[in-house]
Amino acid sequence: MNAVLVISGRDNVATALEPLDAGRTIRVAAASLTVVDAVPRGHKVALRAIGAGEAVVKYGSPIGTATADIAPGAHVHTHNVASTRGRGDLRVGPQSDAQPDSQSDSARIAEPPDPA
Amino acid sequence: MTSTASFLGYRRPDARVGIRNHVLVVPTVICSAVVAERIAASIAPVGAALPHLAGCGQLGPDLALTHETLAAYCRHPNVGAVIVVALGCEQVVAQRLADEARRAGKDAHIVAIQSEGGTLRATAKGIDIARELAASVSRIDRSWCPASSLILSVKCGGSDYTSGLASNPAVGRVADRLVSLGGSVVLGEIAEIMGAEHLLADRASRPEAAAQLLRVVNRVEAEAIALGLDIRGTQPSPGNIRGGLTTIEEKSLGATHKAGERTRLEDVVGYAAPITRRGLTVMDTPGLDVESVTGMVGGGAQAVLFTTGLGTPTGNPIAPVIKITGNARTARSMADNIDVDVSGIMMEVESLDAAADRLLEELIGVCSGRPTAAERLGHREFAIHRRNPTI
Repeated sequence: MNAVLVISGRDNVATALEPLDAGRTIRVAAASLTVVDAVPRGHKVALRAIGAGEAVVKYGSPIGTATADIAPGAHVHTHNVASTRGRGDLRVGPQSDAQPDSQSDSARIAEPPDPA
Repeated sequence: MTSTASFLGYRRPDARVGIRNHVLVVPTVICSAVVAERIAASIAPVGAALPHLAGCGQLGPDLALTHETLAAYCRHPNVGAVIVVALGCEQVVAQRLADEARRAGKDAHIVAIQSEGGTLRATAKGIDIARELAASVSRIDRSWCPASSLILSVKCGGSDYTSGLASNPAVGRVADRLVSLGGSVVLGEIAEIMGAEHLLADRASRPEAAAQLLRVVNRVEAEAIALGLDIRGTQPSPGNIRGGLTTIEEKSLGATHKAGERTRLEDVVGYAAPITRRGLTVMDTPGLDVESVTGMVGGGAQAVLFTTGLGTPTGNPIAPVIKITGNARTARSMADNIDVDVSGIMMEVESLDAAADRLLEELIGVCSGRPTAAERLGHREFAIHRRNPTI
C-alpha cells in the first residue's frame, strides 16, 4: 500500500493513507517527496510548490485557494487553504444571475430587538 | 446480473412497488405526535410514526412543504395503510392526508384528539384501528419485481477522507448499474454539490436540467452569502475538517461520486417532490442528514445507500437506510451501525467493482426484506425541512 494517494494527474496535493512524520521521504509515482510537516492520516500533502493565491487541485478540480506559499511536502489544510464558495463573511462569490428568492429574504437575520 | 436484477417487493394498487409494508401513523401537528407514536408502538415494528415539529404556526411555503411532505409519505409505496392523528384545530388538514393515501389505493383512517375526547380515548381508538390494519397489511404478499421499479437515494454523512476515495465511488458504481437496469437515483444536499456542479451539469441529458441545477446551487450559495456568514461554520463540519476535508469544494467533489460517473442528470426537483424520471434526479434538500433523507424518501425513494466515514446511526421511519463505510476503524468501532464495510478499497485488497457487487447484492437483499442495522436498532429519524420562522 502506498503512503499517499494521488487521484488525478492534474492534482497538486495527495491524500495521506497513513500518518506521515516530518522528514520522511515517500515515493509518489516515479518521484520522491520529502514530507516537511507531520501530516495526519486522511489529510493532504503538497506535491509541488503552490504559491499564495494559486488553486489547490484535488480530484482534478480546484478545492480552494492557497492563502500562503505552500512548500512541496507541506501539510495542506485549513491553515493554508481557503474555500472560495459561500463566503458571506467576505461578501464575494462566483458571479451569479440568481437572486435570492423571497423565501431566502426572510431567512436573513432580523435586526436584534430594541433592548428598551 | 440476472440474480440481482429483481427482488421481492410489494406491488401497490397505484402500480408503484414498495419494499416495506408499514402502517403509517401520521400526526398532522406536533400536538398529536405523542398519541401517534403510542399508536404506532402498539403494532411495532409494522407501525411507523412520523413525529414532527410542524403543522401549525406556519405560513405559505413552509405550510405547503409540511403538507406536501406528509402527503408524500401517505402515498409512499413502502406504506400499506395509514392512520392520520389530528388534534382538531391545526393548519394541516387530516382529510387531505387521508384522501392522498386513498388515492394511492391504501386504507386510511383519521383519529382526532379533540373529537375523541382526549389522549387516552384517541390512543385507544387508534390502537384498535392499528391492530386491524396490521392484520390486513400482513396479508399482502411479496412478489418478484424488477430493479427498474427502484428509486435509490444516495447520501453521505459524517464524511472523512475515505468517503470520497472509497465508499462514495463504490455507491456511484451501484448508481450507474441501477440506472443501466432502468432504475432511478436521487442525490440531494445542494450545498454539497457546490464546487462540483460543473461535473454534474456536463452530464445533463438536456440543457434545462443543467440550467436548473446551476440555478439551485447558485440560490443556495446566494442564501449563505446573504446571511453574511462564512459557510465554513458548517461546511465542512468540524468532524469533516478533523477527518482531513479542507473546503466545501473538496467535500462536494468527493460527495458527488455517489451519483455515479456515467449516469446522465435527467431532472432537478423540489424538496419531497415526486421523482418521475428514470436516471439521475437532483433534489433541492439541505445538507442536514435527516432532513435530506426525509425529503428524498418523500420523493419516492424506497431505499437509501448512506456512506459514512466517521460513523452515523440515523435511519428513516419507512425506508431502509443502508450504512456503508470505507473507514476500517469506524467499521470496528461502530459495528452495530454499519451494514457494509468497504475499507478493503482503501487497503487496496478489494476493487471498487467488487465492492459495488457486494453493495448491489446487499441492496437487493434489503429490498426483499432483510433488515438494515438502522432498522434493527430502531433508528427512525424524521425531520421536515423548514425555511422560515414559526409565526
